[in-house]
Amino acid sequence: MDALTLARWQFGITTVYHFLFVPISIGMAFLIALLETAWVRTRNPIYLRQVKFWGKLFLINFAIGVVTGILQEFQFGMNWSSYSRFVGDVFGAPLAMEALLAFFLESTFLGLWIFGWDKLSPKLHCACMWLLSIGTMLSAFFIMAANSFMQNPVGVTVNVERGRAEMVDIWAVLTQPLQLWAYAHVIAGALISGSAIFVGIAAWAMKNRDRSERHAETARVLRPSLRLGLVAMLIGSVLTIVSGDLLAKVMTDVQPMKMAAAEALWDTTDGASFSVITIGTLDGRSEVWSIRVPGVLSFMATESFSGTVEGINDVQARYEQQYGPGDYRPIVPVTYWMFRLMMGAGFAMLALSIVGLWLTRKGRLPQQKWVWWLAVGGIAGPIVGHSAGWIFTEMGRQPWSVLGLYKTADSVSPTVSAGSVLTSLIVFTALYGVLAVVEVGLMLKYAKAGPPSEEEALASIERRPPRSWGDGSDGTSGLDGSDDDDADERPMAFAY
Amino acid sequence: MFLNNLWFVLIALLWIGYFVLEGFDFGVGALLRIVGRKEKGRRVLINTIGPVWDGNEVWLLTAGGATFAAFPEWYASMFSGFYLALLVILVCLIGRGVAFEYRGKGSTDTWRARWDWTILISSWALPVLWGVAFGNVVRGVPLDADHEYVGTFLDLLNPFALLMGVTVLLLVLTHGGVYLSLKTTAQVRDRAQAFTLRLAPFAIAAMAVAVVWQYLIRGPVLSLAVGLAAVVALAVAWALTRVSRDGWAFVLSALSTGLLVTSWFLAIYPNVLPSTLDPAWSLTIENAASTPYTLTLMSWVAIAFVPLVVGYQAWSYWVFRKRISVRHIPDSPGATAQESPQTSSR
Repeated sequence: MDALTLARWQFGITTVYHFLFVPISIGMAFLIALLETAWVRTRNPIYLRQVKFWGKLFLINFAIGVVTGILQEFQFGMNWSSYSRFVGDVFGAPLAMEALLAFFLESTFLGLWIFGWDKLSPKLHCACMWLLSIGTMLSAFFIMAANSFMQNPVGVTVNVERGRAEMVDIWAVLTQPLQLWAYAHVIAGALISGSAIFVGIAAWAMKNRDRSERHAETARVLRPSLRLGLVAMLIGSVLTIVSGDLLAKVMTDVQPMKMAAAEALWDTTDGASFSVITIGTLDGRSEVWSIRVPGVLSFMATESFSGTVEGINDVQARYEQQYGPGDYRPIVPVTYWMFRLMMGAGFAMLALSIVGLWLTRKGRLPQQKWVWWLAVGGIAGPIVGHSAGWIFTEMGRQPWSVLGLYKTADSVSPTVSAGSVLTSLIVFTALYGVLAVVEVGLMLKYAKAGPPSEEEALASIERRPPRSWGDGSDGTSGLDGSDDDDADERPMAFAY
Repeated sequence: MFLNNLWFVLIALLWIGYFVLEGFDFGVGALLRIVGRKEKGRRVLINTIGPVWDGNEVWLLTAGGATFAAFPEWYASMFSGFYLALLVILVCLIGRGVAFEYRGKGSTDTWRARWDWTILISSWALPVLWGVAFGNVVRGVPLDADHEYVGTFLDLLNPFALLMGVTVLLLVLTHGGVYLSLKTTAQVRDRAQAFTLRLAPFAIAAMAVAVVWQYLIRGPVLSLAVGLAAVVALAVAWALTRVSRDGWAFVLSALSTGLLVTSWFLAIYPNVLPSTLDPAWSLTIENAASTPYTLTLMSWVAIAFVPLVVGYQAWSYWVFRKRISVRHIPDSPGATAQESPQTSSR
C-alpha cells in the first residue's frame, strides 16, 4: 500500500478510536457535575457516593481520551503536511484556540477535582467539575469548527500564488450553520454516550440486587443515577435526532454528493423515497432490490415530501464541469450503510430510554434479567452510532480533504515513506489495542466494586488547611523553608 | 512583521513554559526508582506531580497548536521531517499519560511495577528526544527549496543534537531532583537532595559544552550569553541545594531551563527552521507565517486568555503547595505488606 492509503487508514483508526472515549467523557462530566451539584445543594451523602463512584470510571475513560487526542494534533503535521501547509492559516486557529481555551481548563481543573476533595470547599470543588465539563464542550466546539471547515470551507480565499487557503472571516468559520448543527449533533450524541454508561453500568451493578444486602445497598445508591441516565438518554436522543435532521438539510445544500451517497440515490428524483434497506450490485453503482418509504428522503432533505433531491450521477456531472474530469463519488455502500447504522443507533437509544423510564417509573425496578442485560448492551449503541457517524461524514467527503478546494490525494506528506507510515500505523494500532483491554478491565473492576460506603465518602471531604513550603519549624520562612515538621499526618484524601 | 515577531516570541514562551513545567515532572518520573526506591516512596514522588503534570503537558499541545496556526509551514516541515522521532515521543506521551492515572487503579504489585516502568522509561526518553529535536532545529536540517525535509532519520542523530539530548536529560533530572527536595520530607527528601548534588555538576558541564558548541554553529553573541547564564543559573541552583534553600534552588533550576530554551530561539532567529542545504531555503518567521489576519486574530485571543490560564494554573499550584511525606500516602490496595524503616520520620 502507498503512503496515502496507509495515512488514511491511520487517520481513520486513530480518529474513530479517539472518539470512542471523547463523547463518553463529555457526557459523563456533565452528568457528574449535575450529581455533585445535587450533593452540594441537598448534602445528602447518597449523591456524594454516586459522584465518587462515577468519578473513578470517568477518570479511567478520560485518560485515554486525553492521550489519544495528543496524537490527533500531531498527526496533521506528520502524515498530512501538504494539507497542513494548505489550510494552516485557517485550520490551525481553532486548534490553537482549543488548546488555549479548553485543554488548559480541562487539565488544570481535572487535577484540582481529583486531588482537591479535602482542600477545596464542596462548592468550589463542584465548580471545578463544571469548569471541566465546560472545557470538554468547548474543546468539541473548536474541533468541530475545524472539521466543519473541511466539509464546507467558508470564510477563506484561496491564494493561488502561495498555494494556500487564507482566512478572511473567523466568525464564518466558527458559526457557519453546518458547524452549529454538527456541534449540536455531537454534543447531544455525547449526552447519549454518557447516559448509556450511567444506565448500562448502573444496571449491571443492580441486576443481582436481591442476592445480598450489599447488592441491595448498591441498587439503592445507584437508582438515582439510573433514572438520571435514562432522562438524559431520552433528552439526548431527541436532541440528536432533531439536530441530525437539521444538519442533514444543511448538508444536502453544501454537500449534495455526500447526502446522495448516503441514500444511494443515483438519479435526481422528485418526491424521493427513503430506503430502509437496499441491496446494490457488487460494484455499488446501481440498485437491485430495496424496501422504501415514499417521500421521506425528500422530506428529510428539503422539508417537503415532493422536493427534488439531487442524485449521485447528476452531482458527478456537475462537479466534472466545475472541477475538471475525475471521480467525485465516495464509496457509496460505505456511506449508505454507515448512515443507516448511525440513524439506527440513535433511534434504538430513544426506544431504550423510553422503555427504561417506563419500567422504572414510580420506584419500580424490573425483575427480569434480560431487561437489565438490555440496558448493559445499550452501552454499545452510542459507540456504534458515533463511529458510524464519523466514518460516514469523513468518507462521504472523499475525494476531498477540503471540499471543492483540496483533494485528499494531494494532502499527504510528500517526503514521508510508506514504510514510516506503516510503522506508525502498526505501533498505534497495537498500542490502542492494549489500552482498550486495560480500559475495559479497569471499568469492570470499578463497576464491580460499587459505590463507596457513606463513611468512606464523607471522610474524603474533611477539609484540612494546606501547609505551605515555608512554614517549617526550623525558623525559616517563605521560599527558603527547608523542611516540614508535619503535624498533620492524616493520609491524603486522594493519592495516586 | 511585528506580528511575526510577536508570534515567534509567544511560541518560544510556550516552549519555555513546557520545558520548565513538564521538565520537573519528567525529572520526577525519571527518578522514580532512584529517589522513590520503595512503593510508598515512589508514590510520594508520583503524588508531588499528580495534580499538575497534565496541565504542564498542555503547554506542549498549545505550542503545537500555536505553531500550526501562526507558522503552518514550520509545523508541516518539522512534524513530517521528524516523523519517526515524533512517533517515539507520542508513544512515550501516551504511555506516560495513562500510567499516572492507571498505576494506582490496579491491586497487584506486578500491575504497579509495569506502570512504574512505563513512567520511568518514558520520562527518560522524552527529555532526550526533545533535546535531540531542538538540537536539530538549532543546527538546521536538510530542507529543500519546497521546505520539505529531505534527510533521513539517522541524520537527526548527529553529535551536536545527541549532546543536546543528553544535556536536556541531565538538566531535567536536576530540575526534578530540586523539585523533589522542595516538595517532600524526611528520607525521600534526603535522597532527592543527595542525588541532585551528585548529578548537577554533570548537568552544568554538559550544558556549558552544549551552549558553546551551539554558538559555534549559529546564533548571535546574545544567544551565547543567555546560554551561559543558563549554566550559571544551574550552578547557583546546585549551590542553593547544598544549603537546603529548596525554594530558591527550584526558582534557579527553572530559570536555567527557561534560559537554555531561550538561547535556542535566539540562536535561530529570524529563522524558525534553518536549512543546512542552502540558507535561502530556510524557513523564516516571514515565509513560514500565516496571514496578518490570522496572526492578529490569534494575538487577541492570546492577550485575552493567556493571563487567565496562567492565573488559574498558578492557583492550582498554590492549592497543592504542601510538602508530601510517606505518612500522607494511604496504603495501596492489595499491597504486599512490610514497608520498611523508610516510613519512619527523622
